[in-house]
Amino acid sequence: MAAEQSANELFRPRSQKTDGQVVAMRPSLTHFQQVTRKLVRNKLAMVGFTLIVLMVLMALIGPHLVPYSYSDQSLLTANQELSAEHWFGTDELGRDMFSRTWYGARISLIIGITAALIDLVIGVTVGGIAGYMAGRGKRGDRIDTIIMRLIEVLYGLPYLLVVIMLMVVMEPGIVTIIIALSATGWTGMARLVRGQILQLKNQEFIMAAQVLGAKFPRILLRHLIPNTIGVIIVNLTFTIPSAIFAESFLSFLGLGVQAPIASWGTMTNDALGVILTGDWWRLFFPALMISLTMFAFNVFGDGLQDALDPRIRE
Amino acid sequence: MARYLLKRILMMIVTLWIIVTLTFSLMHMIPGDPFASESDQLPEQILLNLRAKYHLDEPLPMQYLSYLKSLAMLDLGPSIKSETRGVNDMIKDGFGSSALIGMQAIAVALFFGLIFGIIAALNRNTWIDYMAMVMAVLGIAVPSFIMAPLLINYLAIKLPLFPVATLASWKHSVLPSLALAFGPLAIITRYMRTSMIEVMNQNYIRTAEAKGIPTFLIVVRHGIRNAILPVVTFLGPLVAGLLTGTFVVEKIFAVPGVGKYFVDGIFNRDYPVILGTTVFYSAILVLIIFLIDLAYMFIDPRIKLSGRGR
Repeated sequence: MAAEQSANELFRPRSQKTDGQVVAMRPSLTHFQQVTRKLVRNKLAMVGFTLIVLMVLMALIGPHLVPYSYSDQSLLTANQELSAEHWFGTDELGRDMFSRTWYGARISLIIGITAALIDLVIGVTVGGIAGYMAGRGKRGDRIDTIIMRLIEVLYGLPYLLVVIMLMVVMEPGIVTIIIALSATGWTGMARLVRGQILQLKNQEFIMAAQVLGAKFPRILLRHLIPNTIGVIIVNLTFTIPSAIFAESFLSFLGLGVQAPIASWGTMTNDALGVILTGDWWRLFFPALMISLTMFAFNVFGDGLQDALDPRIRE
Repeated sequence: MARYLLKRILMMIVTLWIIVTLTFSLMHMIPGDPFASESDQLPEQILLNLRAKYHLDEPLPMQYLSYLKSLAMLDLGPSIKSETRGVNDMIKDGFGSSALIGMQAIAVALFFGLIFGIIAALNRNTWIDYMAMVMAVLGIAVPSFIMAPLLINYLAIKLPLFPVATLASWKHSVLPSLALAFGPLAIITRYMRTSMIEVMNQNYIRTAEAKGIPTFLIVVRHGIRNAILPVVTFLGPLVAGLLTGTFVVEKIFAVPGVGKYFVDGIFNRDYPVILGTTVFYSAILVLIIFLIDLAYMFIDPRIKLSGRGR
């Protein structure tokens, strides 16, 4: 009995909190946790992230913070400097710049995000099919070749020229811009995904899935795409700002959204006309917002890329 | 080598043909024609005659074929809005101004981009590096059509250093070139910095250091030559962006370049002008990318183009 008791005392389970080797071990992290940790520690990326959140928030509530809509004209209060009534001043038609600026944010974000998502869907599907089909017999190779030729041709076309053409042909408006941007924009994503899939598909786990009888859509959705998701997301964070840029570029040229809808591009263009009168706020706010948005998405994308790169360790 | 060149030239022609076809069909899908604005004032017969003069009454395939035929002889056709001048004349007039601004912008971007990138890489994680990086991020964040009004506001109006509007003298070309150069400059700085850092960690650099070769010579002889390669591959898309950037910059600074004719052509629905300038721009672009690929081969003798797929 005594021996048993002492044995029980001897083999008391160790308390979790005690010092020693157990604590010195690093808690194991999932891939996702590692990535978020690296990302959160990257100050610049977090600045970008905060800016993106703020921008989305202001796009949602900004226009409602003031009692003026983006298109309310009032010639009595035209060309006013910043004041308690008009936080960002007014333009030559007396429209409130604060309301217009955030309405423009709405337009930019809607176009940027929608265009990027369409690019994502088309790009991943086409790139995925091309990558998977390559090297599976004559028929598969032919499908891959056809897709790649198409992409090569589209990729070789001067992107903005084609978008400008499409904008000239179609009715101006938000939907048109999105269609025009995604008509050629998906090729980058498709190339990227195809390359990734080509690399992945000869690895053992794909072979194992095939041996177990998994069908192509299942392999694509469950195995190939989850493994390329990092690169895809990084690409997405760079497509959004370039779509936003393209929208302001087109609107600046007069081919984008039409008056009275406010967009940062049209606002910049309007500001050019009054540049000599010294109404600095007309140029300042849209210019600042475009630049901040481009900055935010780019630094966040950079940070994400670094965080997902397994070669960069802390 | 010869086979590769042939293949590339063939690809270039196919790309151009697709662009022409695409542009042609898009142009003719537009509701309304170049005389839409005058259709109220002009009698029916005159409108018919006008359309006949520019062959707009012919069936589309005929128009397409005759356009291809004249294109093969490098004739881009007449302009509908301008009585006296054809598209060739417009491009001839505008090309000088556009090329001047474009070349200056590329030269400035390359020169300063490479230098900033190298300096940043050699002084990694010092304030010099951070300054260069802040500038690089700014350059990506501020598009040329924002940069241009800012430059006008501060360097032409507040501080009247440079004249703007038209291209009367070389001084007029400074601000447009700067507005265009800023973005590519930032991108080149970033790429050069990254690749220079990588190259400077290579073994052969350490060997050179061990031999006692001065840092300057190491950087010039071994560092730059190897680090510049990724930058060269990136020049293609960069030039493309610069080319489209010229539309806005030319519009903002009222430079009488090809970009201005292109934008005006779009607003006037002047088919031959739009088609002609698009074809012209695409040809320039395709040619430049081809030349960059060739240049790549000369910089890096390890690359054998004949073996590559494209």
